[in-house]
Amino acid sequence: MKNTFRILAITMVVTAAVTWLATGANRGWTKTSVATKTTDVVTGIDGFTYEKRFVAGLDFLGATWLGASLLAGVSFLFQNKHINNHAN
Amino acid sequence: MQTEQNETMKTKIITLLTLTSLAGMALAAPQTFDFKDPKGVNNAVFKLDAPLEAINGSANGISGTVTFDPANPAATKGKILVAASSLHVPNPMMQGHLHGDQWLDVANHQDITFEAKSSSNVNTTGDNTTADVTGTLTIKGLAKEITVPVKFSYLKDKLGLRVPNQSGDLLVMRANFVIKRSDFGINPKAPEDKVSDTIDLTLSIAGASRR
Repeated sequence: MKNTFRILAITMVVTAAVTWLATGANRGWTKTSVATKTTDVVTGIDGFTYEKRFVAGLDFLGATWLGASLLAGVSFLFQNKHINNHAN
Repeated sequence: MQTEQNETMKTKIITLLTLTSLAGMALAAPQTFDFKDPKGVNNAVFKLDAPLEAINGSANGISGTVTFDPANPAATKGKILVAASSLHVPNPMMQGHLHGDQWLDVANHQDITFEAKSSSNVNTTGDNTTADVTGTLTIKGLAKEITVPVKFSYLKDKLGLRVPNQSGDLLVMRANFVIKRSDFGINPKAPEDKVSDTIDLTLSIAGASRR
């Protein structure tokens, strides 16, 4: 169980880092939509349309890493099987 | 006989002159431009740049009418509305806060409006006019008189290029100005290092006058 929690924590950290890098290493807040600029040729006005896209931000990294830390912390609540055998 | 011909000629000349002056008046008459954009390009961009956090977004729910006379741009009047619910920021939690009762209270205050009342420092070069437009800006039910530098571009007969099967003129309005969040009761308790009190607004809109 101890190892399961630790592996889960490491997986979360790595997955979050990979997701953050893969979605553009955004150093701002997480976005669920991204603006696309289009210029109206007649008026010259730059218009904005939003497409739904997930872009992980630093808050996403922070939240997942906090979750991973909690999982890693919980893993210390479980005793090592090997030590238990010695005690008995 | 000669007198009768003279009278007829006189009547014709008077009629011609009357029609010409009427046509001239019609051409010089103020036009009403509708700013509800079928292409959805019209937009207002807002930026709040605080030391700890920047909030950027835009709104495209623009409507309203402006009366503009190319021969007398100083007489421009009108009202522009921005649907408060159309304000968009890319972060969903921020968007929720923005529309919530602490910020814009979209449920109770559906529109942000600017009603132009007078213009000063009017300068026209060709089809472009710059002017300082004074009017009332109303956000979240709080009205404040402000003066905004506006650039008008009158595009005669260009509506057909933008909207097929329609003829008429276009009026493009661009404005960049600053307002204070605290003047309009927008999240007044927010610390200024996290949420800037200064809101930088850029308006880029085009209206159509159909014939």
